[in-house]
Amino acid sequence: MSGEVAVLGAGMHPWGKWGRGFVEYGVVAAREALADAGVDWRDVGSIVGADTVRGGYPGFVAGATFARALGWQGARVASVYAACASGAQAIAAARAQILAGLADVVLVVGADAAPKGFFRPAGGDRPDDPDWLRFRVLGATNPAYFGLYARRRMAVHGDTLEDFAQVKVKNAAAGALNTNARYRKAVTAEEVAASAVVADPLRLLDICATSDGAAALVLSSMEFARRHGAADPVRIRAVSTVTPTYPTTVLDLPDIATDSASAVAPADGTFRASIARAAYEEAGIGPEDVSLAEVYDLSTALELQWYEDLGLCAEGEGAKLLHDGATSAGGRVPVNTSGGLASFGEAVPAQAIAQVCEITWQLRGAAGARQVAGARVGVTANQGLFGHGSSVVAVR
Amino acid sequence: MSRTRTPVVADWFAGEGKSFRLLGTRCSACTCVFFPREDRFCRNPGCEGGALVEVALSRRGRVWSYTDGRYRPPAPYASDPELPWEPYTLIAVELEAERMVVLGQGAPGVSVRDLEVGMEVEVVPGVLDEDGETTWTTWHWRPVGVSA
Ligand SMILES: [Zn+2]
Repeated sequence: MSGEVAVLGAGMHPWGKWGRGFVEYGVVAAREALADAGVDWRDVGSIVGADTVRGGYPGFVAGATFARALGWQGARVASVYAACASGAQAIAAARAQILAGLADVVLVVGADAAPKGFFRPAGGDRPDDPDWLRFRVLGATNPAYFGLYARRRMAVHGDTLEDFAQVKVKNAAAGALNTNARYRKAVTAEEVAASAVVADPLRLLDICATSDGAAALVLSSMEFARRHGAADPVRIRAVSTVTPTYPTTVLDLPDIATDSASAVAPADGTFRASIARAAYEEAGIGPEDVSLAEVYDLSTALELQWYEDLGLCAEGEGAKLLHDGATSAGGRVPVNTSGGLASFGEAVPAQAIAQVCEITWQLRGAAGARQVAGARVGVTANQGLFGHGSSVVAVR
Repeated sequence: MSRTRTPVVADWFAGEGKSFRLLGTRCSACTCVFFPREDRFCRNPGCEGGALVEVALSRRGRVWSYTDGRYRPPAPYASDPELPWEPYTLIAVELEAERMVVLGQGAPGVSVRDLEVGMEVEVVPGVLDEDGETTWTTWHWRPVGVSA
């Protein structure tokens, strides 16, 4: 297919709280991805960095920051910020350059050294910034929104706290098998239930932590891959980066209210569902073709929501799909085989790239103890602030 | 010492007691309603844009969902680190006429145990926090029939 690009290399810096700078993590991941691809850094035509938000410039100019650390070699450069979707949009920028013939080989890097505790807005008074306002006026943290979604699912679909806990149990079991994961210990439903409530009804173990970490990919044109001796590489077939359609009717981070649907009828389906639909359409596949998925389990309840939004089951059937074992290791469509954000924590600009790393290793059959047998199609899904959301489809 | 009562955000709400209302804006061309108020441009992609006129939102609505904050939120939320943290509720309320969901803190004393999805609530004036000179006012959601 002419719209495809090859994934020649994937690399990560293990996630945790390491107390070092994001550049160091990014360079480790980049060098690993370059080595995996068998590509010399000096032969890379373009570098795209997913931005981390820092006071001072280097985090905001991540592409050049990583290029300088790896050694200036004249490559084309871009830096991309889209909150949690930054990594996927960095991949989208790299893919567009390759498909446009602007570069044969592109290095994509995302890395962060996350602050402790709740994510918070940058300092200063900004009463025209919705993200600042939701903290100032409501004290509404990210987990508060996850709590709202979880309670809504309980009321509408009958989900229970036990359903949510089983998502953590599943993802912790997967993470225990992944040397790049921060948390590598099995968790029981009892341990989830015994953890402190953060935002009713969600508990500490229902919500992902903040972490340091990095992930990188080497992408190339199919022609370069062939010349390079990669006859049958993992290919990225779609990257969806759609915006919502007015009026959005699901309360979303960091908004204080939804759009009003009184004058304009809402489109069919939610924004989250449209992210996956666009990726499937671009890839020419459907949810029935998917071998495995990596989704943003910012909370356990949100993972169930993604099952439905990705079309892996009907609306309201997420908990049933989980209990049937379909999304667990050995199931019909394993979800978060990497361990997910439950096991990694959030390193914002890296996590959407890390999802594609996991899919790549799975499609190569190189995922070791976590391997999904016969994996052919992988899909990722993420959502950032302010109408950013992305989904990547990779095939073998 | 008497403090000045000042809305935490200007022009998002007004009135006292039973006449307290959230204030949004309505596009005079397409009738779309916005809250928080949109004073610069109509965000309906099918609208060429009309004058945006202030409009009071419905006083009552039904609970879309709710949660609480068991840990102290970071700044710019104002709270005294010397005092023990008191959880507050957050209630997302569906307004039938406007067909929109508006988030707000629950009135003092309303805990998640008092709430259910679908329950009727009303908007009431409230206090967000106080500093040396100012009492910062806000809106709260309170279950209908509860006067505490
Ligand atoms: Zn209009």
